[in-house]
Amino acid sequence: MDKTIKIQVRRYLPEKQPDPFWQEYEVPLEPKWGVLDALIYIKDHLDGSLSYRWSCHMGVCGSCGMMVNGEPALTCATFLEEYQPGPIRIEPLANFKVLRDLIIDTDDFMGKLKSVKPWLITDEKRDITDGENRQTPAELKAFKQYTLCINCMLCYSACPVVGLNEDFVGPAAIALAQRYNYDNRDSGNAARHDTLLAHGGAFDCTLIGECSRACPKHVDPTGAIQRYKADGAMEYWKRLIWPKAATAPKNDGIVKQID
Amino acid sequence: MTRYGPDEYDVLIVGGGGAGLRAAIAVAETDPRLKVGVVSKVYPMRSHTVSAEGGSAGVIKSNDSIDEHIYDTISGGDWLCDQDAVEAFVNEAPKELLRMEHWGCPWSREPDGSVAVRSFGGMKNKRTWYAADKTGFHMLHTLFQTSLKYEPIRRYDEFFATTLLVDDGRCQGVVALEMATGRLHTIAARSVILCTGGFGKAFRFTTNANIKTGDGVALAYRAGVPLKDMEFVQYHPTGLPFTGILITEATRAEGGFLLNKEDYRYLQDYNLGKPAPQPVNRTMELGPRDRLSQAFEQERQKGRTIKGPYGDYVHLDLRHLGEQHINERLPMVRELCLKYEKIDPVTQCIPVRPVVHYTMGGIDVDINGATCVEGLYAAGEASCVSINGANRLGSNSLTELLVFGARAGRAAAEHAKQAKPFSAKLAALARDEEQRIEETFCKSGEGKTSGDSIASIRETLHHQMEAGAGIYRDEKSLQTAKETVLELQERAKALPLQDSSYTFNTELTAAMELRNLLELSSAIIESGLLRTESRGAHQRTDFPQRDDENYLKHSLAHRTEYGATPRIEYAPVTITKWPPKERVYG
Repeated sequence: MDKTIKIQVRRYLPEKQPDPFWQEYEVPLEPKWGVLDALIYIKDHLDGSLSYRWSCHMGVCGSCGMMVNGEPALTCATFLEEYQPGPIRIEPLANFKVLRDLIIDTDDFMGKLKSVKPWLITDEKRDITDGENRQTPAELKAFKQYTLCINCMLCYSACPVVGLNEDFVGPAAIALAQRYNYDNRDSGNAARHDTLLAHGGAFDCTLIGECSRACPKHVDPTGAIQRYKADGAMEYWKRLIWPKAATAPKNDGIVKQID
Repeated sequence: MTRYGPDEYDVLIVGGGGAGLRAAIAVAETDPRLKVGVVSKVYPMRSHTVSAEGGSAGVIKSNDSIDEHIYDTISGGDWLCDQDAVEAFVNEAPKELLRMEHWGCPWSREPDGSVAVRSFGGMKNKRTWYAADKTGFHMLHTLFQTSLKYEPIRRYDEFFATTLLVDDGRCQGVVALEMATGRLHTIAARSVILCTGGFGKAFRFTTNANIKTGDGVALAYRAGVPLKDMEFVQYHPTGLPFTGILITEATRAEGGFLLNKEDYRYLQDYNLGKPAPQPVNRTMELGPRDRLSQAFEQERQKGRTIKGPYGDYVHLDLRHLGEQHINERLPMVRELCLKYEKIDPVTQCIPVRPVVHYTMGGIDVDINGATCVEGLYAAGEASCVSINGANRLGSNSLTELLVFGARAGRAAAEHAKQAKPFSAKLAALARDEEQRIEETFCKSGEGKTSGDSIASIRETLHHQMEAGAGIYRDEKSLQTAKETVLELQERAKALPLQDSSYTFNTELTAAMELRNLLELSSAIIESGLLRTESRGAHQRTDFPQRDDENYLKHSLAHRTEYGATPRIEYAPVTITKWPPKERVYG
């Protein structure tokens, strides 16, 4: 080993000891190695008990988000050389319950994603024989940015509101709702208002913008939330003052289980 | 229909990638009374479908034809494809892609709002639908998000299937490890569909994600299903040298050049046609993947590639495409190069080398995804139908997920409706499995600091598979690999772990994955040893010609026992309208 760098990992082994603790490892400082490569090295050669999630190693599967020196980051796309001389401190993503070591509980996030009804909702059923929907490049561009979310949850870690208010549906989920709301093939805005206008919805956001700074894919959830607030405010007042004028959802697209 | 407990399903799908999710939706749409379970070792949107870049093939434009897509696929597969399967595939492809459009997939568009298509390697016409260069990502997220609206679909995220429950000749469910708690669950099902992807992780340099360890293929193999055409492993000609990250074929479809160390478009020396400034279909850089990877290897042997710290490479030159075109059509390629190679393809050449990308072989299934075990189905890269033959064409695999995921889903749903009662023995089988896992993996190795580790066995396997069963093979290299893998299987018979926790024991799952890879590697090697010809991705330097007389047939690897050589049998290739011919490109 020519050059090395120290990695300090916040470990949590609930079956062995009740509190998290720090453990330090020394790994080779190889050119092109990401923080994830260091974790793989540790697991393979130093300590088989270290646990973390990873898969694609190319920044698209969204598995390997962690706190690196206090900032949320995709560890496969964050490089050791940038942290010389070290040490590098690695912790599980902030604002989540930790299951073990660097692995967080993502069930709550998954529920929030689903709560915004992230599927194409149409008033009329379209058949394959009807062919493709037309969508010009400009119409695609209107929502394309919001399709790029990889569900890595870095924005939830960065968001101070998520940290204080566990009911907040959060940046990625609102951006995903907007991904469908701005798709010209979709007519489900009304069905999504229920979640986005409710307690924990878009209006809980205080527009600090940390989510957009943390986003590795430049989805800009802050922008998505801001745009929703304009549309949502109109709907909110309609519902309050003149409920009849409020947009009633025709359907929400859900396919029910039949017993 | 009679209902059972919470962990009993009509159709259970193992694997939550493109094929698995498409199958789940197909079951729910066939009959909303059917209960569908999806077991996956990762959250569905982490599945490796997410990494596919270039596109998904299906005839949609008026200047294209079904027959031409069929012919491209069959000739691309060096005549080892079953032609009835290819016909069904190509015919159903456009409908499946349209269905994705109706579910909201953000396909790239022409100015008039119709879906855009691009050229792809080995394809005569433009027929590859794409969503910039993140097609797999968008398809997977579209399928995942769409799947959320179906109440009958229940997911078991981060559950690792360890065995199939087979009794009375029928597959009736799985045992799965809940990774968060370490609990083993018995999940009963009338039909099971394996959609767990391929096994590129048997090799060192690969575009494949960490999860691509062929778990479902190994489950079927252990349950007595033969594995078809395992010797055919696809090298993608353009991966990044250190990480193996895929640089999509779409770079070449958009006009990229491959250059050797003399800045020469070397493909012209390998029967792939003459260079032209604009891309020409089925020519040069748009030749099929097997031929391009083989050309690289020959250039390397001639000393005309570039030496690097992670092996030899050549240059992929996109500079003449211009920044705007690259940003619009190939944004991920630019992002990946900037991040992982610290180079900008707008102004610099991309270093690339062939890397293992796709396993044509897999679980032997028929045109509806059915295996020889009743109630057991497979789809996607885990399966071998076969539409890919000896070499898959780029952009056929994303479509394959849809067409055969849906087909397997419908067939599994029909089978489940027969509602045969479950065997009384399922609980006993599950107890046996628990005992097997304990004996193999859980005899505590805590505190163990040296000796045989998962990593050292895995590293040796990677090295041997590349050296012995890589782009070019011969009897000697395969024989050496065979002996090494047998030794490794012996070493991996019992794999004591350092980690004794129940909560997220990723060392335990890594050990299981390694054993799966070892079993599949021995099937790759044995099938390759016995196929004494060269066809598609299987190139034997000691038998350089295609031999239709003796080997126009599928190999079927049957498992004998753990750590023993598989038995290889053969089955005929279905030829309908396209008799074998010479493969001609350029």
